[in-house]
This record gives sequence, C-alpha cells and structure tokens, in this order.
Amino acid sequence: MGRVALDHVSKRFDDVAAVDDLSLDVADEEFLVLLGPSGCGKSTALRMIAGLEDPTAGTITIGDRVVNDVEAKDRDISMVFQSYALYPHMTVRKNIEFPLRSRKVAVAEREQLVRDAAASLALEPLLDRKPAQLSGGQRQRVALARAIVRRPQAFLMDEPLSNLDAKLRVQTRAELVELQRRLSATVIYVTHDQVEAMTMGHRIAVLDGGVLQQVGAPQDVYARPANLFVARFIGSPPMNTVTGRIDRIDDTLVAQIPGGHIPLEAELASAVTASGVDEVVIGVRPEDLRFDTADGVPARVSVVESLGHERHVVCRLDDQQLVIVRQDAHDVPPVEQSPTFLVADPAALHVFDPASGNRIGV
Amino acid sequence: MAASGVTLTPARKRLRRREHGLAYLLLIPSLVIFGVFVFWPLVHNVYLGFFRNPPFPGLPSKYVGFDQYRDVLTSQTFVDSVKTTFLFAILTVPVGIALGLGLAILAHQKLRGIGVYRTFFSSTVATSVAVAAVIFGTLMNPQVGLLPWLGLTTNPAILQNPDWALIAVAVVTVWQTLGLTFILMAAGLQGVPDELFEAARVDGAGAWSRFWHVTLPMMSPTIFFAVVIGTIFALQSFGQIDILTQGGPLKKTNVLTYYIYDTLQRQSDPGKAAVLAVALFFFTLILALAQIRLLERRVSYER
Amino acid sequence: MSVDARALHRRKVWRNVGRYTLLTVLAVIVLFPIYITIVNSLLPARDIFQQPPKFFPTDPQFGSYREAWNAGHMGNYLKNSIIVTVIITTGQVVTAILAGYAFAILEFPFKRLLFVVFLATLMVPFEVTIVTNVSTISNLGWYDTYAGLAVPFLATGFGAFLMRQAFLTLPRELRDAAALDGYGHWRFLWRVAVPLARPAVAALSVFAFLAAWNQYLWPLLITKDDRLRTVQIGLKQLQSVSIDQVNVTFAGAIIAVIPLVILLLFFQKHLVRGLTAGAVKG
Repeated sequence: MGRVALDHVSKRFDDVAAVDDLSLDVADEEFLVLLGPSGCGKSTALRMIAGLEDPTAGTITIGDRVVNDVEAKDRDISMVFQSYALYPHMTVRKNIEFPLRSRKVAVAEREQLVRDAAASLALEPLLDRKPAQLSGGQRQRVALARAIVRRPQAFLMDEPLSNLDAKLRVQTRAELVELQRRLSATVIYVTHDQVEAMTMGHRIAVLDGGVLQQVGAPQDVYARPANLFVARFIGSPPMNTVTGRIDRIDDTLVAQIPGGHIPLEAELASAVTASGVDEVVIGVRPEDLRFDTADGVPARVSVVESLGHERHVVCRLDDQQLVIVRQDAHDVPPVEQSPTFLVADPAALHVFDPASGNRIGV
Repeated sequence: MAASGVTLTPARKRLRRREHGLAYLLLIPSLVIFGVFVFWPLVHNVYLGFFRNPPFPGLPSKYVGFDQYRDVLTSQTFVDSVKTTFLFAILTVPVGIALGLGLAILAHQKLRGIGVYRTFFSSTVATSVAVAAVIFGTLMNPQVGLLPWLGLTTNPAILQNPDWALIAVAVVTVWQTLGLTFILMAAGLQGVPDELFEAARVDGAGAWSRFWHVTLPMMSPTIFFAVVIGTIFALQSFGQIDILTQGGPLKKTNVLTYYIYDTLQRQSDPGKAAVLAVALFFFTLILALAQIRLLERRVSYER
Repeated sequence: MSVDARALHRRKVWRNVGRYTLLTVLAVIVLFPIYITIVNSLLPARDIFQQPPKFFPTDPQFGSYREAWNAGHMGNYLKNSIIVTVIITTGQVVTAILAGYAFAILEFPFKRLLFVVFLATLMVPFEVTIVTNVSTISNLGWYDTYAGLAVPFLATGFGAFLMRQAFLTLPRELRDAAALDGYGHWRFLWRVAVPLARPAVAALSVFAFLAAWNQYLWPLLITKDDRLRTVQIGLKQLQSVSIDQVNVTFAGAIIAVIPLVILLLFFQKHLVRGLTAGAVKG
C-alpha cells in the first residue's frame, strides 16, 4: 500500500479550471473521500491520479515516485467505475482475471488470486456467469473483485454506490469500509453524497468549482466548517444560515437579524471585531437550536415534520426566512402556526464573512 | 386481437374489419411493386431457364427442361466465373472491413480537429462505382495514367493484364466503399462505452490487448453486419467491371453479374442468363446463411 | 511548469505529432484520387499527365467543365438523375411510411406472414429480376422513360422495416389520446406519427437517395436514348466519347460527385442513423 500525494495539481480545459491548484496528501491505509457537488472537479482529480487525464500543472505521487509521465497501467492502482465497466462478453471469472493476464502472471498463481478475490466478496457461485446475468449489487462486487485482485498501492472509486438502490447502498457502504480495513488499503473515494462521506472516510476533502474547500476528519469538518459552502453542504438537514448586522447592545457585540439579535460571546466577538466586518452570516445547526417561551429570536412554527425518532420543525423568522430545528422525539412538539422563540447554544454558533464565505473565529 | 372472453358487438366487428381493410390498403402499393418487380420475376426467371434460345433472334425458343440448367452450370465458363466471383469477394470484403475498422479506430482518438479527418475518411461515400471506375480507369491507363510515375508498370498494362486485372478492380472497389465502411465502423465504435477502454487501461492492457479484448468483441455485431452485407454487395458488383475491364482480359474479371449481363445483352440469350441469375441467387443466399450460421455464434450481444 | 511536467509535455507533443502524421498520411492516400481528378480537370489539355505529373493547376481552366456540361451532356444527365432519384426516394419513403404504419400500429390477419414477405425482398438479388423486368418494362412501353427507370424501385423491404421500427417506439398513449380527440388512423399517421418519426424518415431518405443515385445496371439495361441517360451511365458515355480529353472526363466525374457531396454535407448524420439501424438489428 502506499501514499498518494497531489502537489499543486491543476487541470484546465481552455480557460475553465476543472481542478484548480489542488494539494492533497493521502496517507498509507487511509480512506479519503473527495466530496462535492457535480462539476466540482472531484472525478477529474481522481482520473488524473489514475492516469486517465494529464494534469495541466502540478505533480502526482503514488508511493514514492512521481507518476506524471507514467501510464495508467503502470501506476499500480485500480479503479472502480460508477457504471462498473465490466467486460460484457467475459465471465465473472475472466473479468476478475483480466488485470492479471495483462501483467503476465503465471496461470496457477492467477487462479489462486482470482479465487481469493472472489471469496472475499462472496462471488464464488457466480464465477461462470456473464455480467448481463447479474444484479446491480453483484456487478458492483465483481468490479470490486477485479480491483482488489492485483493488490495495488491504492484503490480509486468513482461514485461506486450511486447506481444501487437505497437499501443496498447502506449495506454495501458498511461492506466497503470492512473491506478497506481488512485489506489495509489506501482508498480514494469520490462521491457527492455527504452521508457516504461522513460515514466512510477517515478524512473528507470537500471540493467546489475545482478548489479545495476543506480537508479534515468527518467530525472536524462537521463541527468546524471552514466556509459557508462546507457548512451548507455537510449535515442533513443543512445548517441554518442568517445574515446579520454587527451592532453593540449594552457592551455586548451582537448580530442583528430579522426580529431579534444574537449575542456573540467573548472570543467570537473579538475575532469578529478583529476581522473588521460589519455584516456576518450566522450559522447554527438544527440540533443546536431549542425552543423557549420568552427569550431569544422570535419565530413562528410553520410545519412539524415527524420522522419517528426525531422531529424537524420548520420555523419562519420575521422576514419569512426558514429555520429548521431538530428535536428529539421525546420532547414536546410545538404547535403549528404558533409563535415561539429560538435559542442557540452560544458555543455552537458559526460565524462567516459574507463576502468571502470564510469562517471567522475559533 | 380479441381478448378471450370478450364478445364482439357488431359495431366493434365493423371497426375491426375497417382496421383490417385499412392495413391491407396501406400495404397494397408496396405489395404490387414487390409482386410485379421482385417475386414474379424470381419465379419467371426460374421458368425462363427451361427454354433454350435459338442462335438467331426471331426464332422461337425451345423447352428443354433442366437440360439448360445442367449444361450451363457445368460449363467451364460458369465454373471460372464462380471462382472469379468468390475471389473478388475475398479480395474486397476482408480488406475493406479491416481498413474501415482501422481508420475508424484512428479517428476515434480524442485529438483536436479529429472531425476533419473523419470527414476525409468518409469522403469516398460521395463517389459512385462509375465515378471511381472512371477515375481509376484513367489513372491506370498506360499512356495518360499515373502508374509510370509511381513506378508501377506492368506488361501488359494493368487493366489488360490477366494476372493483375482482378486485383486492380478490387482496389478500386475497396477504395470506393471505404467511406461507407468507415462511417459504419465509426458509428459502431461510438457505441462502445468509453469507460470500458478506461477500465482496460487501468487494468494494464496495452493498445493491442485493448483492441483484442475490448474493441473487437464490442464491435462484433457491427463487423458481422458489415461482413454479411459487404459480401452480398461484392457478389453484385457490376459497374466497375463494365467500365474497367468488361469481364476481361481473358475472362479474368468475368464475375457472375457481368456474365449475366453479357449473356443477356451481347449474346441475347435470356434463357442462359436466367440460369446464371438463379445460380447467383442461390450463391448469395447460401453464403449469407452460412455466414450467419458460422459467425453469429461468435458475436457477443450484451445486455 | 516543473521539470517533470515539461518533460511530460515534450513527450506528449511528440506522441501527438506522430498521431497527426499518421492520420494525415492516410487522409492523403484516401483523398488522392479525388484530388488528382480535380487537379487534372482544371489543367489545359497539353498538361494532362505529362511525366512527371503536375500536382497543382497553376493556370486553372474551367473550360473542361463547360465542355463536359454542354457538349458532354453532363448537365442533361444530371437532370435525369435528379428527377429519377427524387421520384424513387419519394416513392420509397411514402410506401415505407404506409407499410411501416400498418405493421407497427394496426392489427390484421396474416400480419406476420406479410412482414416476412417484405423482408424476403431483401434476400432477392437484383440480377435475378433483370431478365423479366426488362421485358415487363418493354411490354409496358416504358423503355427509355423515367417511369421505366423509377417504378420498379418505388418500394423496399428495408424502408418498411425502418419505418416500422420508428413507429413502434411511439408511446401507446399518444394513439389513445388521438383516438379520443377523434383522429382516425390516416390523420394520426400524417399529423402525429410521421412528424415524430422525422429522424427515421430523414435517414431513409438519405439512404434511398444514395442507392437510387448510384444505380448502374438497371439504367444501362433500359435506356438507349442519350437524352434519358442518368449521370452514372452518362459518365461512362462521356469517358468513351472524350477518350483523349482526360480533363473533360475528369470534369464530368467531379460534376457527378458534387450533388452527393452537398447531400452528405447536410445529411451525414442521417446516413449514419440509417446504417446503424440495420447493424443493431443484425
């Protein structure tokens, strides 16, 4: 296994930068998720690591060598494609065997490796079938078997779960993580699904418009998003954001929002003052809000959505902006259309500069 | 049709009958054309073969039953003509498909301006058999042609040379059909998902391995179609032979179609021509069926 | 750029140079006959095929085109070809639409048998029909007429097959909605089905045009009058008449090519569709 490093890698098509100055270090045996919306450059970055595209600038390192001018087949990596890309005219056995044949591995050793790969993905009964006779989940496992049969330095996966139905996706998610642990493999995993990113990765690298927004462990990215994009992209239901004017009330720095104000505690206040902005975007996650009868920001309860184990309460501020509050099922649900007050844990506030989107403060 | 258990009211029956009537009405134009110009001639052609034509026009033809069939089909000219026809097919079909496929693969690369090359490679589709024959006929003319400059002189000149004439005609045919073959192959190549090639690259397959394990299998339906249709067309080649060699020299380019034409027009012998035409029909049919039987097994239809 | 990237870039440039060179060489080989034809059609008579040959007309003479068009009758041949081809194409498309609709949408007894009959026409090679067809045409008095040139080809099994495929892809609900709106089959066919099947109609038209334009054996058999000659036979005639005027012959060849070039410039896409329709079915 090995590490993968991207050093100031860019990919330009005419004057559009699909990947813009991306630097990323993937450690050995790490499961790194490249997360972002469609068109953010994550697939392009993956294909550059694979050698299917050439970077316009920057170097790509796999293991301990720079692979910029090394062909895809010599980079010692495997790839699982979104559509699996199984060879339709070959049996499952031959599909798994194909990467070994290209490398002229001895027949006996080949058969053993194929058997091992098939066994680890429970594919033995299907070895003589053709891809057309398999279900979506089975095809995906064949694609995985083909990838692991060579024991490459790194596995690249391009949205491998997106063609599976929801239930199978949850099950396969766990199986993929188990597989990675079992093989002690380095995995670079591309997805647009933040749930997959949060549950599978050791670290998440968030991309938007070809630019790296933030990289860190799932909890860190969740708890301390580096900018508004990351804050809104990660977390479901998404973080509530509201723009407020900076003001002083009784010696306390506050953010004036429609209908009320949000006090900023000491450390946050000094960071805001230091940044010199007069307007901020306040972010608060739905689970960090609670209802109060008298104190806080006034709001009106709009819709109460019960999900069984929890409740999403959609409220409207004075200017009709939506705010979602997450409540435990055991709490008392508020009455729809009733007025209420929203209070946030001051330590759970996120503050962003509206101009740059960047996080202000701790 | 009628679902079982549903009784048809008179109104429904009328509606149903009207639909039948309309359907037949729509088919009649095509069926009339087919009847008069395809099926009747086919049957009549077999019948015509039973009549031997007199050496002088104006005299009645004589019913000889299968004798004429036997005589014509065992004649040396006929056997030679069949050999020439098959040789011609062998010279043109595999080469044409290989070239078309090769050019299509080259034109499938993601290069700037590759569209221009695709237009160039498909350009011969604007030429007809007559145009190609006239052009090449002149180029291969020993006096005014281009061959001396290329150093490709033969003695006698290439189109009058019994050893080379058929090859020359084959070259002209391959060139003329190249455009169409290229377009067909390029279209087939488009249907192969790019990800399959990428997966093969990542799996370590070099260019030749990718061709053998991905391109060829995925293109097999298209190639199969090209082989069957290409053979049928090769067996029906006529125009270029009429313009370039007229069946000669020494009957070395006397493919069956030309033999039929020559027999009908020059020798005014419709009975014999009819026999030859029936022979051509059977060869075409048998060859097509044989190809389908032998090759379709090896074609992989996915999904 | 770092040193590595520069080296990679250099390698890439060389690889691309190689690719473009190969492509260009092949393109030159493929285009050469047409190119040399154009060049020679523009050369003055004395320059034709002198050794070594001239590859560029330094003093283009368009007179050979005029000669081919008028004295060589190419203009007339072109007119005949266009008329006959348009008649055949229109006929094939119309009969194909009618038959395709019947097979795709309507239900009637012997439907499957009749469809086999249509497909069987594809199996019958043209040569088997020529003996009888020549005499049929002769008996009808259609020798040396546009009717004789066009009528035998007004219907094809391929056309019916193509249009049937196209009409089969129309959603069932469309027919039902039209029926509720009071549309009989005839109006539905021409107002809804055909407009929706436009790509298939275009593909068939291009295909039929190409096939009809390139006909050789049939016009050769049933036209003797020079006034009725189509462009393919006309070109052969031109060659034998101007045997020592190569530039005129070549001008005639180019004239014969130009209409197809125009057609394909606009309709290449449809030709591809027509071809692949056959290939997919196999």
